[in-house]
Amino acid sequence: MSVTAARDKVEIGRGAGAAPLWQVRVGTPLSRAAAIGALAVVVALVLLPAVASRNLIQDLIFVFTMLALAQLWNVLAGWGGLVSVGQQAFVGLGAYALFAGVVTLGIDPVFTIPLAGLLAAVVAAVLGPLLFRLEGPYFAIGSWVAAEALRLICAQFKTLGGGTGMSISPSDLSQMIGLKSAQALFGLRPAAARDVLIYWIALLLAVAVTLGITAFVRSRMGLALAASRDNAAAARSVGVRTGRIRYLLWIVVAFATGMVGAVVYLQKARISPDAAFSVTDWTAYVIFIVVIGGVRTIEGPMIGVLTLWGLITYLAQYGSLYLVVLGIIAILIMLFMPKGVWGEIERRWGIRLFPTQRVLSRTSCGSDLAKNDLAK
Amino acid sequence: MIGLDTVIEGVLLGGVYALFALGLSLIFGIMRLVNLAHGDLILLAAYLVLSVTTVLGIPLLVATLLVVVVMFVAGFALQRLVLERVLGDDILPPLLVTFGLSIVIQNGLLLVYGADSRRLQAGAFESSSVTLGGGLSIGLAPLTALLTAIVAVALLQLVFYRTSLGRAFRATSDNPQIAQLMGINERSVYAIAVGISLAVSVIAAITFGIRANFDPSIGPARLLYAFEAVIIGGLGSLWGTLVGGIVLGLAQTIGARINPEWQILSGHLAFLAVLMVRPRGLFPSRRP
Repeated sequence: MSVTAARDKVEIGRGAGAAPLWQVRVGTPLSRAAAIGALAVVVALVLLPAVASRNLIQDLIFVFTMLALAQLWNVLAGWGGLVSVGQQAFVGLGAYALFAGVVTLGIDPVFTIPLAGLLAAVVAAVLGPLLFRLEGPYFAIGSWVAAEALRLICAQFKTLGGGTGMSISPSDLSQMIGLKSAQALFGLRPAAARDVLIYWIALLLAVAVTLGITAFVRSRMGLALAASRDNAAAARSVGVRTGRIRYLLWIVVAFATGMVGAVVYLQKARISPDAAFSVTDWTAYVIFIVVIGGVRTIEGPMIGVLTLWGLITYLAQYGSLYLVVLGIIAILIMLFMPKGVWGEIERRWGIRLFPTQRVLSRTSCGSDLAKNDLAK
Repeated sequence: MIGLDTVIEGVLLGGVYALFALGLSLIFGIMRLVNLAHGDLILLAAYLVLSVTTVLGIPLLVATLLVVVVMFVAGFALQRLVLERVLGDDILPPLLVTFGLSIVIQNGLLLVYGADSRRLQAGAFESSSVTLGGGLSIGLAPLTALLTAIVAVALLQLVFYRTSLGRAFRATSDNPQIAQLMGINERSVYAIAVGISLAVSVIAAITFGIRANFDPSIGPARLLYAFEAVIIGGLGSLWGTLVGGIVLGLAQTIGARINPEWQILSGHLAFLAVLMVRPRGLFPSRRP
């Protein structure tokens, strides 16, 4: 008998008092330990700017924003079955909303970020009914067409640089909220302090997105979503409103994706339609992260993003060869390890740090067993 | 003012888009597979023809036949070695594999051929034209493209409804399990379908490569045009796909006439408009 299984039973025994005979459980002792570990890592990351170099901070902004995008795509395509190849639409919209807000309206960048998410959500709400008319795989290309149309529309705005793009001048960002305190706190120059501030926002977004998605897929709504993906007719027959739940997911994911887009381009401070709506940068990388790490797991995107970061550090100098290698790795993983690296770890050793599976256990029986186990 | 010449140009452009779309439509119809690498495979075919004609000095027509055979074999192998393993109830794996393939081909072409624009050389054929009355003239190459598209649709229809291979295609498309009970080898039917899809793509690549410049980055746009033509025309109808291509071509040329920057955008908007008004396309097949 494995160690985890025995622990499961101890846990069941503890809650057995007034509990019903059968109980559905998601958490395990290991997952609670992982939660504490994750909290420690997040606290360490919050404090990191005190010691880290500016290069590392910029790298980690990339890691956090890509992690957030990967988690969002994973919940949309993996759990929701909405395989979008057009998420760059919302990254681009968020980025353009940021530039419109900061440059033309003079709003503080930090406040513009949620507004950027809002714009992406509104556009998603309008596009949703149209794209949802395309079944399964055709939805994928449909979303790509929508993203291309939005790229071409954004290129029409001459005040935002048209087809060639534009930059935010440092003076526009000098009054950013919290910048002065970050400067004073670490004794940095404005540009470096801005990176620290964006680093914290990116960290906050990545943590919020990961926690939100974990809570969502463990909830009743998450179960309903998975049911609509696996068999829409059967899900409807037990009262799941499959259309509405997918539509809401699509909008909420667009909202968060738009915010991430705004954060990415706040750090880059330079935008062009081709870059902001790039299918390679905002969808191909994201899909590779999820595929390599493991679809339908919370841990997968984390592993995937660290792998991508490692590959970029060593291979990015080779340009397109790097993308060829990445593409081949993704195809091979899809063929021979379809659940990804973390899926394989789960299967072999039964380790689940952030479990989303529901385990049905019989509590009274379990408590007896547990006592027996404890007695040993 | 939108003149007759714009309309003719749009219809002729539509022929090329219909050729892009045929291969995509074919494998979706038979195996419910959406090949996200379709556009990049068309470009791969164009570059292969380019290499064969320029490096080996073989005439275009012979090169075409050669590359058609090569791409058919490549498609057969692609299905048997790769796609076959991921086809199933879950739509995610085939989409992700073909998307990965798209990125690999696109960047592989970039590595081998560089980012420069290329064009297929067809000698005098490229610039000759047929003069119509009223000061209108039609380029021979675009006209040939449209005629090729019509012939290709007619041939595929013939294969579908008049041959035993076509019967096997339709049976497998309707119900793969029962088709197998009737002695049809599902695996080779699928592999032949992907092979034909890529062979048709070679024809598309040549008609396109003669009339316009191409570089490795434009594959995804070919996929989107092909897809738009299929959806505008209606799923499951090859003649519908031809009409869908023409509607898309017209939308693009009319848009470009109003403002050159709007060419591609008006094609996308026409697609979204059709999706809004007639979600099943203009000529949906009667089969559910």
